[in-house]
Amino acid sequence: MDFLKFLYKPKNELEKGGRQAMPVTTAEGEISKTCPNCHNQIPLSQLWENDYCCGVCGHHFRMGSRQRLKFIADKDSFTELFADVESTDVLDFPGYAKKLETTRTACGEREGVICGEAEIEGQRCCLFIMEPYFMMGSMGAAVGEKICRLFEYAAERGLPVVGYTVSGGARMQEGIVSLMQMAKTSGAVLRHSEAGLLYITVLTDPTTGGVTASFAMEGDIILAEPGATIGFAGARVIEQTTRKKLPQGFQKAEFLLKHGFVDAIVPRSEQRETISRLLRLHGGGRNV
Amino acid sequence: MSKIAMERVKLARANDRPTGKDYIENIFEDFFELHGDRRFGDDPAVIGGVASIGGRPVTVIAIEKGHGAKERMARNFGAPNPEGYRKAQRLMKQAEKFHRPVLCFVDTSGAYCGVEAEERGQGQAIAESISLMMGLKTPVISVLIGEGGSGGALALAASDEVWMLENAIYSVISPEGCASILWKDSSRAADAAECLKLTSEDACRLGAAEKVISEKELGKERFYRYLQFALETKLNELCALDCAELTERRYQRFRKIGNCLYT
Repeated sequence: MDFLKFLYKPKNELEKGGRQAMPVTTAEGEISKTCPNCHNQIPLSQLWENDYCCGVCGHHFRMGSRQRLKFIADKDSFTELFADVESTDVLDFPGYAKKLETTRTACGEREGVICGEAEIEGQRCCLFIMEPYFMMGSMGAAVGEKICRLFEYAAERGLPVVGYTVSGGARMQEGIVSLMQMAKTSGAVLRHSEAGLLYITVLTDPTTGGVTASFAMEGDIILAEPGATIGFAGARVIEQTTRKKLPQGFQKAEFLLKHGFVDAIVPRSEQRETISRLLRLHGGGRNV
Repeated sequence: MSKIAMERVKLARANDRPTGKDYIENIFEDFFELHGDRRFGDDPAVIGGVASIGGRPVTVIAIEKGHGAKERMARNFGAPNPEGYRKAQRLMKQAEKFHRPVLCFVDTSGAYCGVEAEERGQGQAIAESISLMMGLKTPVISVLIGEGGSGGALALAASDEVWMLENAIYSVISPEGCASILWKDSSRAADAAECLKLTSEDACRLGAAEKVISEKELGKERFYRYLQFALETKLNELCALDCAELTERRYQRFRKIGNCLYT
């Protein structure tokens, strides 16, 4: 079907990362993915060895939450929390109940974030990882509730929180309830912070909308993955509103670093080491 | 499907509605405007200052859309830039220092989406506003007087109480935006408005607002007197609480929304 490719144009930057990265089988029978950046075919085995980054251009492929968990947490150290918290169709929004059901089946996750307690190079912490393949990690009641509970749990036990964000923003289908999650999570982050505890966020591609405008930007230390799209308003919306061409590299992690909104850009291969070092420098994140 | 919700959206956006400044002029005495965020500039879309209500000094912050084409343009149609939110933050911290309650009048289709706004950290500015309000050690009441558009409105509405005018709306996304995502057709905004449950009654039912204010006499003397009386009464009540109780109450107000206990 390759000859039909020219017919399909990705609608926006976010989609480029998603759809084109579907696995294809090469002539040699090995499963590989096309790098959305340099368009080389990268065999899956190679991707796994290389922290799920392109061996040619270093592009960081999008990662599911469980997959990321394997990269970041020590083996068998993760205890999942609040796995039973799920969103329901509070507004009777057309098609939402069905969408939740199909997404849960297709993605294998019940919600847009996984939370738990884990160790990173022996440093104990609470960990949340958002799920790009669950409605693009959008924040509804359940995502807000899980994050909120995790911060309360961490504050009670004096543990630091490490969070990986990836989100299209608030979950439209839950209307005002999803908007309120921004205040709810911010409140929980604040209480954890007032207890003198450390919160590190790692912004991954893409972190946008209501999540950027709440807990993603509230970390004591904000790290970002190279090339990640991070912003409040979507690039397409800005282009339509202002009718101006967007500058090169707009809303990329490097752009945010330049404008002073992230502390550092850390490639995936160095994240474990960096986070554990930061946790250690903060006395394991505990209030000592 | 009836189009009642879209009618409300149109009323909320109507050009002849009183704007933030009208409320400040008619409800408060001795208003003195304070400009600038002390970081970058002064956002004309956000007005703030000190004033008194029923003899009590307060900090007032309002998103101002402006009247007439020229002023509306100058005020960026009530779409704040990051410096608008940072000005609000500065004034709220000042209010905390002088133990003054904060009153916010919110009317925006959303935070401004532009290249410069992103460069100066729109998302970060909103996050910081919400976070600051959640921990603010002084009472804060927000009144949604027109459009309550998404994070840009919430940045001034993480309050002890949120009141809405009868025809004000409070929504996570504009009906047009929702329709274009959902059906790839922004002309179906009316259907989207219905689905989003964005009216003042819906917001109260879902726990996002406490009180609906009748618009029967919108803009008339009696309307402002009623609102003034209601605000004074509520301030008396909130000012009697100590700081810890106040912030705990505020946290629980949001904590219970969508707590998924029904699963």
